[in-house]
Amino acid sequence: MSTSREVLLNPLVLKNPITLQILGICSALATTSKLETVTAMALSVTLVTAFSSFFISLIRRQIPGSIRIIVQMTIIATLVIIVDQLLKAYAFSISKQLSVFVGLIITNCIVLGRAEAFAMKNPPLPSFLDGIGNGLGYSMVLFVLGFFRELLGSGKLFGYTILPLTTDGGWYLPNGLLMLPPSAFFLIGLIVWAVRTWKPDQVEKEG
Amino acid sequence: MARDSTTRLLGVAFIICLVCAVLVSTTAVMFKERQAHNREIEKKRNILQIANLFDPGRPVEEQFKKVQVRVVDLELGRFAAADYPAALAGGEQTRYNIPPDKDSAGIKTRPRYMEVYLVSDQGRLQQIVLPVYGKGLWSTMYGFIALGPDLSTVTGFGFYEHGETPGLGGEIDNPAWRAKWPGKMVYDQSGNVRITVIKGAVDSGSPDARHRIDGISGATLTARGVGNLLTYWMGENGYSMFLQTMRTSREKTK
Repeated sequence: MSTSREVLLNPLVLKNPITLQILGICSALATTSKLETVTAMALSVTLVTAFSSFFISLIRRQIPGSIRIIVQMTIIATLVIIVDQLLKAYAFSISKQLSVFVGLIITNCIVLGRAEAFAMKNPPLPSFLDGIGNGLGYSMVLFVLGFFRELLGSGKLFGYTILPLTTDGGWYLPNGLLMLPPSAFFLIGLIVWAVRTWKPDQVEKEG
Repeated sequence: MARDSTTRLLGVAFIICLVCAVLVSTTAVMFKERQAHNREIEKKRNILQIANLFDPGRPVEEQFKKVQVRVVDLELGRFAAADYPAALAGGEQTRYNIPPDKDSAGIKTRPRYMEVYLVSDQGRLQQIVLPVYGKGLWSTMYGFIALGPDLSTVTGFGFYEHGETPGLGGEIDNPAWRAKWPGKMVYDQSGNVRITVIKGAVDSGSPDARHRIDGISGATLTARGVGNLLTYWMGENGYSMFLQTMRTSREKTK
Protein backbone atom coordinates (compact mmCIF):
# COMPACT_ATOMS: atom_id res chain seq x y z
CA MET A 1 0.00 0.00 0.00
CA SER A 2 1.52 3.28 -1.04
CA THR A 3 1.53 6.23 1.35
CA SER A 4 -0.74 9.22 0.94
CA ARG A 5 2.28 11.28 0.01
CA GLU A 6 3.14 8.97 -2.87
CA VAL A 7 -0.48 8.84 -4.00
CA LEU A 8 -0.57 12.61 -4.12
CA LEU A 9 2.88 13.33 -5.57
CA ASN A 10 3.58 10.44 -7.94
CA PRO A 11 1.22 11.70 -10.69
CA LEU A 12 3.15 14.97 -10.87
CA VAL A 13 6.17 13.54 -12.71
CA LEU A 14 6.63 9.81 -12.20
CA LYS A 15 3.13 8.87 -13.35
CA ASN A 16 2.02 12.08 -15.03
CA PRO A 17 -1.26 11.48 -16.86
CA ILE A 18 -0.27 13.56 -19.88
CA THR A 19 3.42 12.84 -20.36
CA LEU A 20 3.48 9.18 -19.30
CA GLN A 21 -0.01 7.94 -20.02
CA ILE A 22 -0.70 10.39 -22.89
CA LEU A 23 -4.22 11.02 -21.59
CA GLY A 24 -6.22 14.24 -21.71
CA ILE A 25 -4.38 15.50 -24.79
CA CYS A 26 -7.50 16.86 -26.48
CA SER A 27 -8.23 19.49 -23.84
CA ALA A 28 -4.50 20.18 -23.39
CA LEU A 29 -4.43 21.31 -27.03
CA ALA A 30 -7.64 23.26 -26.96
CA THR A 31 -7.53 25.29 -23.78
CA THR A 32 -3.88 26.31 -23.41
CA SER A 33 -3.56 29.39 -25.60
CA LYS A 34 -4.01 31.61 -22.52
CA LEU A 35 -3.09 31.15 -18.88
CA GLU A 36 -6.46 32.49 -17.78
CA THR A 37 -8.35 29.64 -19.42
CA VAL A 38 -5.66 27.20 -18.30
CA THR A 39 -6.32 28.15 -14.68
CA ALA A 40 -10.05 27.58 -15.00
CA MET A 41 -9.57 24.30 -16.87
CA ALA A 42 -6.89 23.01 -14.48
CA LEU A 43 -9.01 23.83 -11.44
CA SER A 44 -12.12 22.26 -12.97
CA VAL A 45 -10.40 19.02 -13.96
CA THR A 46 -8.64 18.70 -10.59
CA LEU A 47 -11.88 19.20 -8.67
CA VAL A 48 -13.85 16.85 -10.89
CA THR A 49 -11.19 14.12 -10.73
CA ALA A 50 -10.84 14.40 -6.96
CA PHE A 51 -14.54 14.44 -6.12
CA SER A 52 -15.56 11.84 -8.67
CA SER A 53 -12.86 9.50 -7.33
CA PHE A 54 -14.04 10.23 -3.79
CA PHE A 55 -17.71 9.51 -4.43
CA ILE A 56 -17.05 6.49 -6.62
CA SER A 57 -14.75 5.05 -3.99
CA LEU A 58 -17.38 5.73 -1.33
CA ILE A 59 -19.92 3.51 -3.08
CA ARG A 60 -17.43 1.18 -4.80
CA ARG A 61 -18.72 -1.88 -2.91
CA GLN A 62 -22.31 -1.12 -3.92
CA ILE A 63 -21.68 -0.63 -7.65
CA PRO A 64 -22.61 -3.78 -9.60
CA GLY A 65 -19.73 -4.81 -11.88
CA SER A 66 -21.85 -4.97 -15.00
CA ILE A 67 -22.90 -1.32 -14.89
CA ARG A 68 -19.88 0.16 -13.15
CA ILE A 69 -18.64 2.26 -16.08
CA ILE A 70 -22.00 3.89 -16.66
CA VAL A 71 -22.36 4.54 -12.92
CA GLN A 72 -18.92 6.19 -12.92
CA MET A 73 -19.85 8.24 -15.97
CA THR A 74 -23.09 9.40 -14.34
CA ILE A 75 -21.24 10.61 -11.27
CA ILE A 76 -18.54 12.29 -13.37
CA ALA A 77 -21.11 13.92 -15.64
CA THR A 78 -23.04 15.26 -12.65
CA LEU A 79 -19.91 16.87 -11.22
CA VAL A 80 -18.94 18.33 -14.59
CA ILE A 81 -22.38 19.89 -15.04
CA ILE A 82 -22.13 21.42 -11.56
CA VAL A 83 -18.69 22.86 -12.38
CA ASP A 84 -20.02 24.17 -15.69
CA GLN A 85 -22.95 25.87 -13.97
CA LEU A 86 -20.61 27.41 -11.40
CA LEU A 87 -18.34 28.79 -14.11
CA LYS A 88 -21.30 30.22 -16.00
CA ALA A 89 -22.46 31.94 -12.84
CA TYR A 90 -19.16 33.24 -11.49
CA ALA A 91 -16.67 33.32 -14.39
CA PHE A 92 -18.84 33.96 -17.41
CA SER A 93 -16.20 35.22 -19.85
CA ILE A 94 -13.90 32.30 -19.05
CA SER A 95 -16.73 29.83 -19.45
CA LYS A 96 -17.47 31.35 -22.86
CA GLN A 97 -13.87 30.88 -23.92
CA LEU A 98 -13.74 27.32 -22.64
CA SER A 99 -17.11 26.69 -24.34
CA VAL A 100 -17.58 22.97 -24.93
CA PHE A 101 -14.35 21.96 -23.25
CA VAL A 102 -15.85 22.17 -19.77
CA GLY A 103 -18.55 19.75 -20.86
CA LEU A 104 -15.91 17.58 -22.48
CA ILE A 105 -14.20 17.02 -19.12
CA ILE A 106 -16.73 14.18 -18.92
CA THR A 107 -14.83 12.42 -21.68
CA ASN A 108 -11.40 13.33 -20.32
CA CYS A 109 -9.73 9.94 -19.99
CA ILE A 110 -7.90 11.03 -16.85
CA VAL A 111 -11.11 11.27 -14.84
CA LEU A 112 -12.59 7.95 -15.88
CA GLY A 113 -9.12 6.38 -15.86
CA ARG A 114 -8.55 7.26 -12.19
CA ALA A 115 -12.06 6.19 -11.25
CA GLU A 116 -11.63 2.78 -12.85
CA ALA A 117 -7.97 2.18 -12.00
CA PHE A 118 -7.81 3.61 -8.49
CA ALA A 119 -11.09 4.66 -6.91
CA MET A 120 -12.79 1.28 -7.51
CA LYS A 121 -10.09 -0.48 -5.47
CA ASN A 122 -9.15 2.02 -2.76
CA PRO A 123 -10.83 3.80 0.16
CA PRO A 124 -12.31 7.28 -0.32
CA LEU A 125 -9.54 9.39 1.18
CA PRO A 126 -6.63 7.98 -0.84
CA SER A 127 -8.90 8.11 -3.91
CA PHE A 128 -9.52 11.78 -3.27
CA LEU A 129 -5.78 12.43 -2.95
CA ASP A 130 -5.12 10.39 -6.08
CA GLY A 131 -7.65 12.56 -7.91
CA ILE A 132 -6.02 15.75 -6.64
CA GLY A 133 -2.57 14.41 -7.60
CA ASN A 134 -3.58 13.47 -11.11
CA GLY A 135 -5.43 16.74 -11.50
CA LEU A 136 -2.28 18.57 -10.45
CA GLY A 137 -0.14 16.50 -12.82
CA TYR A 138 -2.49 17.47 -15.64
CA SER A 139 -2.56 21.09 -14.47
CA MET A 140 1.22 21.29 -14.34
CA VAL A 141 1.58 20.32 -17.99
CA LEU A 142 -1.26 22.69 -18.92
CA PHE A 143 0.46 25.57 -17.16
CA VAL A 144 3.76 24.89 -18.93
CA LEU A 145 1.93 24.79 -22.28
CA GLY A 146 -0.08 27.90 -21.45
CA PHE A 147 3.03 29.77 -20.31
CA PHE A 148 4.91 29.21 -23.57
CA ARG A 149 1.90 29.59 -25.83
CA GLU A 150 0.67 32.83 -24.31
CA LEU A 151 4.14 34.35 -23.89
CA LEU A 152 5.47 33.52 -27.35
CA GLY A 153 2.12 33.55 -29.17
CA SER A 154 0.77 36.86 -27.91
CA GLY A 155 3.56 38.34 -25.80
CA LYS A 156 1.48 38.23 -22.63
CA LEU A 157 1.10 36.33 -19.36
CA PHE A 158 -2.34 36.27 -17.71
CA GLY A 159 -3.30 39.03 -20.15
CA TYR A 160 -0.49 41.38 -19.04
CA THR A 161 1.94 42.41 -21.75
CA ILE A 162 5.43 41.01 -21.17
CA LEU A 163 6.85 41.28 -24.67
CA PRO A 164 5.46 44.38 -26.42
CA LEU A 165 4.18 43.38 -29.86
CA THR A 166 5.26 45.03 -33.08
CA THR A 167 1.60 45.67 -33.88
CA ASP A 168 1.40 47.82 -30.74
CA GLY A 169 4.69 49.58 -31.42
CA GLY A 170 6.92 47.12 -29.52
CA TRP A 171 9.70 44.88 -30.76
CA TYR A 172 8.30 41.36 -30.46
CA LEU A 173 6.90 39.66 -33.54
CA PRO A 174 4.51 37.01 -32.17
CA ASN A 175 4.62 33.43 -33.35
CA GLY A 176 1.13 32.84 -34.73
CA LEU A 177 1.55 29.06 -34.76
CA LEU A 178 1.58 29.03 -30.96
CA MET A 179 -1.93 30.48 -30.92
CA LEU A 180 -3.21 27.44 -32.81
CA PRO A 181 -4.01 24.17 -31.03
CA PRO A 182 -1.53 21.99 -33.01
CA SER A 183 1.40 23.91 -31.51
CA ALA A 184 0.57 22.29 -28.16
CA PHE A 185 1.33 18.95 -29.83
CA PHE A 186 4.91 20.05 -30.50
CA LEU A 187 5.27 21.39 -26.98
CA ILE A 188 3.86 18.21 -25.41
CA GLY A 189 6.29 16.23 -27.56
CA LEU A 190 9.19 18.29 -26.27
CA ILE A 191 8.02 17.91 -22.67
CA VAL A 192 7.65 14.13 -23.06
CA TRP A 193 11.14 14.00 -24.55
CA ALA A 194 12.58 16.06 -21.68
CA VAL A 195 10.85 14.01 -18.98
CA ARG A 196 11.90 10.70 -20.51
CA THR A 197 15.50 11.84 -20.84
CA TRP A 198 15.41 12.70 -17.17
CA LYS A 199 13.56 9.47 -16.19
CA PRO A 200 14.64 6.87 -18.78
CA ASP A 201 12.47 4.15 -17.17
CA GLN A 202 9.40 5.90 -18.62
CA VAL A 203 10.47 5.02 -22.16
CA GLU A 204 8.23 2.32 -23.61
CA LYS A 205 10.00 -0.89 -24.62
CA GLU A 206 10.05 -1.51 -28.34
CA GLY A 207 8.40 -4.52 -29.93
CA MET B 1 -28.79 -10.22 -2.23
CA ALA B 2 -26.18 -11.05 -4.86
CA ARG B 3 -24.13 -8.09 -6.03
CA ASP B 4 -25.09 -8.48 -9.66
CA SER B 5 -28.72 -9.53 -9.34
CA THR B 6 -31.12 -7.71 -11.64
CA THR B 7 -33.11 -6.19 -8.78
CA ARG B 8 -30.00 -4.81 -7.17
CA LEU B 9 -28.69 -3.57 -10.49
CA LEU B 10 -31.87 -1.64 -11.18
CA GLY B 11 -31.97 -0.40 -7.60
CA VAL B 12 -28.43 0.98 -7.64
CA ALA B 13 -28.95 2.54 -11.08
CA PHE B 14 -32.19 4.15 -9.92
CA ILE B 15 -30.73 5.62 -6.74
CA ILE B 16 -27.64 6.96 -8.52
CA CYS B 17 -29.76 8.59 -11.22
CA LEU B 18 -32.12 10.09 -8.64
CA VAL B 19 -29.32 11.56 -6.54
CA CYS B 20 -27.49 12.93 -9.59
CA ALA B 21 -30.68 14.37 -11.11
CA VAL B 22 -31.49 16.18 -7.87
CA LEU B 23 -27.95 17.60 -7.68
CA VAL B 24 -27.96 18.78 -11.29
CA SER B 25 -31.38 20.39 -11.11
CA THR B 26 -30.57 22.05 -7.78
CA THR B 27 -27.46 23.73 -9.19
CA ALA B 28 -29.28 24.70 -12.38
CA VAL B 29 -32.06 26.40 -10.43
CA MET B 30 -29.70 27.93 -7.87
CA PHE B 31 -27.54 29.73 -10.44
CA LYS B 32 -30.22 30.51 -13.00
CA GLU B 33 -30.66 34.16 -12.06
CA ARG B 34 -26.95 34.91 -11.91
CA GLN B 35 -26.37 33.27 -15.29
CA ALA B 36 -29.24 35.17 -16.89
CA HIS B 37 -27.74 38.39 -15.53
CA ASN B 38 -24.36 37.45 -17.01
CA ARG B 39 -25.92 36.76 -20.40
CA GLU B 40 -27.72 40.11 -20.29
CA ILE B 41 -24.46 41.95 -19.61
CA GLU B 42 -22.76 39.98 -22.36
CA LYS B 43 -25.48 40.97 -24.82
CA LYS B 44 -25.22 44.62 -23.86
CA ARG B 45 -21.46 44.47 -24.21
CA ASN B 46 -21.84 43.03 -27.69
CA ILE B 47 -24.29 45.73 -28.73
CA LEU B 48 -21.86 48.38 -27.53
CA GLN B 49 -18.99 46.69 -29.33
CA ILE B 50 -20.84 46.43 -32.63
CA ALA B 51 -21.85 50.08 -32.37
CA ASN B 52 -18.20 50.90 -31.67
CA LEU B 53 -18.99 52.47 -28.32
CA PHE B 54 -17.44 49.94 -25.99
CA ASP B 55 -14.88 51.08 -23.45
CA PRO B 56 -13.45 48.09 -21.58
CA GLY B 57 -12.49 50.29 -18.63
CA ARG B 58 -16.04 51.14 -17.62
CA PRO B 59 -18.93 49.00 -16.38
CA VAL B 60 -21.18 47.79 -19.18
CA GLU B 61 -24.40 48.80 -17.40
CA GLU B 62 -23.25 52.39 -17.11
CA GLN B 63 -22.19 52.62 -20.75
CA PHE B 64 -25.43 51.06 -21.91
CA LYS B 65 -27.40 53.99 -20.47
CA LYS B 66 -26.90 55.93 -23.69
CA VAL B 67 -28.53 53.16 -25.66
CA GLN B 68 -32.28 53.28 -25.97
CA VAL B 69 -34.05 49.93 -26.20
CA ARG B 70 -37.21 49.94 -28.34
CA VAL B 71 -39.43 47.19 -29.61
CA VAL B 72 -40.34 46.98 -33.28
CA ASP B 73 -43.49 45.36 -34.59
CA LEU B 74 -42.22 43.78 -37.80
CA GLU B 75 -45.71 43.07 -39.10
CA LEU B 76 -46.78 46.70 -38.98
CA GLY B 77 -43.28 47.98 -39.71
CA ARG B 78 -43.15 50.46 -36.84
CA PHE B 79 -42.32 50.77 -33.18
CA ALA B 80 -44.66 48.71 -31.05
CA ALA B 81 -47.15 50.38 -28.74
CA ALA B 82 -46.14 51.22 -25.22
CA ASP B 83 -47.34 47.93 -23.76
CA TYR B 84 -44.64 46.06 -25.61
CA PRO B 85 -43.28 44.00 -22.71
CA ALA B 86 -46.59 42.16 -22.84
CA ALA B 87 -46.11 41.64 -26.56
CA LEU B 88 -42.59 40.29 -26.04
CA ALA B 89 -43.70 38.04 -23.22
CA GLY B 90 -46.50 36.74 -25.42
CA GLY B 91 -43.98 34.31 -26.93
CA GLU B 92 -45.46 31.61 -29.12
CA GLN B 93 -48.60 33.27 -30.44
CA THR B 94 -46.62 36.20 -31.76
CA ARG B 95 -44.31 34.01 -33.84
CA TYR B 96 -44.60 34.36 -37.57
CA ASN B 97 -44.12 31.42 -39.91
CA ILE B 98 -41.83 32.47 -42.73
CA PRO B 99 -42.91 31.21 -46.16
CA PRO B 100 -40.20 28.68 -47.19
CA ASP B 101 -39.40 30.48 -50.45
CA LYS B 102 -38.65 33.68 -48.54
CA ASP B 103 -36.76 32.05 -45.71
CA SER B 104 -33.21 32.73 -46.91
CA ALA B 105 -31.96 32.84 -43.32
CA GLY B 106 -33.15 29.26 -42.77
CA ILE B 107 -34.92 30.02 -39.49
CA LYS B 108 -38.51 28.88 -40.32
CA THR B 109 -40.18 31.25 -37.84
CA ARG B 110 -39.42 34.63 -36.36
CA PRO B 111 -40.98 36.66 -33.58
CA ARG B 112 -43.35 39.44 -34.52
CA TYR B 113 -41.65 41.77 -32.06
CA MET B 114 -37.92 42.44 -32.03
CA GLU B 115 -35.87 44.55 -29.68
CA VAL B 116 -33.76 47.16 -31.43
CA TYR B 117 -31.24 49.55 -29.94
CA LEU B 118 -30.99 53.25 -30.74
CA VAL B 119 -27.94 55.37 -30.12
CA SER B 120 -28.69 59.10 -30.27
CA ASP B 121 -26.70 62.23 -29.68
CA GLN B 122 -28.68 65.30 -28.60
CA GLY B 123 -31.87 63.88 -30.01
CA ARG B 124 -30.37 62.97 -33.37
CA LEU B 125 -30.13 59.32 -34.27
CA GLN B 126 -26.51 58.24 -34.68
CA GLN B 127 -26.87 54.51 -35.04
CA ILE B 128 -29.49 51.82 -34.89
CA VAL B 129 -28.45 48.30 -33.87
CA LEU B 130 -30.62 45.47 -35.18
CA PRO B 131 -30.39 41.86 -34.06
CA VAL B 132 -30.07 39.35 -36.92
CA TYR B 133 -29.66 35.61 -37.00
CA GLY B 134 -29.69 32.70 -39.39
CA LYS B 135 -28.11 29.43 -40.42
CA GLY B 136 -24.44 29.20 -41.19
CA LEU B 137 -22.87 25.90 -42.17
CA TRP B 138 -23.41 24.04 -38.88
CA SER B 139 -25.18 26.37 -36.55
CA THR B 140 -27.50 29.28 -36.13
CA MET B 141 -25.40 32.43 -35.98
CA TYR B 142 -26.63 35.29 -33.78
CA GLY B 143 -25.38 38.79 -34.37
CA PHE B 144 -26.11 42.47 -34.65
CA ILE B 145 -25.86 44.93 -37.50
CA ALA B 146 -25.46 48.61 -36.77
CA LEU B 147 -26.63 51.17 -39.35
CA GLY B 148 -25.81 54.85 -39.57
CA PRO B 149 -28.32 57.76 -39.67
CA ASP B 150 -29.21 57.07 -43.33
CA LEU B 151 -30.41 53.60 -42.21
CA SER B 152 -28.43 51.94 -44.98
CA THR B 153 -24.73 52.47 -44.28
CA VAL B 154 -23.28 49.75 -42.07
CA THR B 155 -21.39 51.10 -39.06
CA GLY B 156 -20.68 47.74 -37.48
CA PHE B 157 -21.51 44.09 -37.85
CA GLY B 158 -20.63 40.95 -35.98
CA PHE B 159 -21.83 37.77 -34.35
CA TYR B 160 -21.92 37.06 -30.64
CA GLU B 161 -22.87 33.42 -30.78
CA HIS B 162 -22.32 30.71 -33.37
CA GLY B 163 -20.98 27.19 -33.69
CA GLU B 164 -18.98 27.45 -36.90
CA THR B 165 -15.63 25.67 -37.24
CA PRO B 166 -12.85 27.58 -35.48
CA GLY B 167 -10.25 28.74 -37.99
CA LEU B 168 -12.61 28.33 -40.96
CA GLY B 169 -16.19 29.56 -40.58
CA GLY B 170 -15.21 30.84 -37.15
CA GLU B 171 -13.19 33.50 -38.95
CA ILE B 172 -16.41 35.53 -39.16
CA ASP B 173 -15.28 36.72 -35.72
CA ASN B 174 -11.92 37.85 -37.08
CA PRO B 175 -11.56 41.60 -36.41
CA ALA B 176 -9.89 42.03 -39.80
CA TRP B 177 -12.98 40.67 -41.55
CA ARG B 178 -15.39 42.56 -39.34
CA ALA B 179 -13.48 45.73 -40.20
CA LYS B 180 -14.49 45.29 -43.86
CA TRP B 181 -18.15 45.98 -43.04
CA PRO B 182 -18.34 49.58 -41.87
CA GLY B 183 -19.08 51.93 -44.76
CA LYS B 184 -20.84 49.32 -46.90
CA MET B 185 -24.39 50.05 -48.07
CA VAL B 186 -27.24 47.63 -47.35
CA TYR B 187 -29.72 49.15 -49.83
CA ASP B 188 -29.35 50.56 -53.34
CA GLN B 189 -31.11 53.72 -54.61
CA SER B 190 -34.41 51.96 -55.14
CA GLY B 191 -34.40 50.30 -51.72
CA ASN B 192 -33.43 46.75 -52.72
CA VAL B 193 -31.24 44.76 -50.36
CA ARG B 194 -27.96 44.47 -52.17
CA ILE B 195 -25.43 43.69 -49.48
CA THR B 196 -23.74 40.36 -50.03
CA VAL B 197 -20.62 38.42 -49.19
CA ILE B 198 -18.89 37.35 -52.38
CA LYS B 199 -16.34 34.64 -53.08
CA GLY B 200 -12.84 36.08 -53.22
CA ALA B 201 -11.92 39.74 -52.96
CA VAL B 202 -14.07 42.72 -53.92
CA ASP B 203 -12.96 44.62 -57.02
CA SER B 204 -12.91 48.16 -55.65
CA GLY B 205 -13.46 49.62 -59.13
CA SER B 206 -16.78 47.85 -59.63
CA PRO B 207 -19.92 49.98 -59.13
CA ASP B 208 -21.25 47.34 -56.75
CA ALA B 209 -18.19 47.41 -54.52
CA ARG B 210 -20.02 49.32 -51.81
CA HIS B 211 -22.54 46.51 -51.44
CA ARG B 212 -19.99 43.70 -51.45
CA ILE B 213 -17.80 42.18 -48.78
CA ASP B 214 -14.77 39.94 -49.34
CA GLY B 215 -15.39 36.25 -48.77
CA ILE B 216 -13.35 34.20 -46.32
CA SER B 217 -11.28 31.39 -47.79
CA GLY B 218 -12.28 28.09 -46.26
CA ALA B 219 -15.58 29.53 -45.13
CA THR B 220 -17.59 29.78 -48.34
CA LEU B 221 -20.73 28.20 -46.91
CA THR B 222 -20.64 30.14 -43.65
CA ALA B 223 -20.14 33.38 -45.59
CA ARG B 224 -23.04 32.49 -47.86
CA GLY B 225 -25.13 32.03 -44.72
CA VAL B 226 -24.10 35.47 -43.53
CA GLY B 227 -25.18 37.03 -46.82
CA ASN B 228 -28.45 35.09 -46.84
CA LEU B 229 -29.44 36.02 -43.33
CA LEU B 230 -28.82 39.69 -44.08
CA THR B 231 -30.88 39.40 -47.25
CA TYR B 232 -33.70 38.07 -45.11
CA TRP B 233 -33.51 40.42 -42.15
CA MET B 234 -32.91 43.58 -44.17
CA GLY B 235 -35.60 42.57 -46.70
CA GLU B 236 -39.36 43.11 -46.76
CA ASN B 237 -39.94 40.21 -44.39
CA GLY B 238 -37.48 41.67 -41.90
CA TYR B 239 -36.69 45.25 -41.00
CA SER B 240 -37.09 46.89 -44.41
CA MET B 241 -40.64 48.13 -43.80
CA PHE B 242 -39.74 49.44 -40.36
CA LEU B 243 -36.66 51.26 -41.67
CA GLN B 244 -38.77 52.79 -44.44
CA THR B 245 -41.30 54.04 -41.88
CA MET B 246 -38.47 55.52 -39.87
CA ARG B 247 -37.07 57.30 -42.92
CA THR B 248 -40.42 58.84 -43.91
CA SER B 249 -41.32 59.89 -40.39
CA ARG B 250 -37.97 61.67 -40.20
CA GLU B 251 -38.58 63.40 -43.53
CA LYS B 252 -41.82 64.77 -42.08
CA THR B 253 -40.25 66.13 -38.93
CA LYS B 254 -37.52 67.86 -40.89
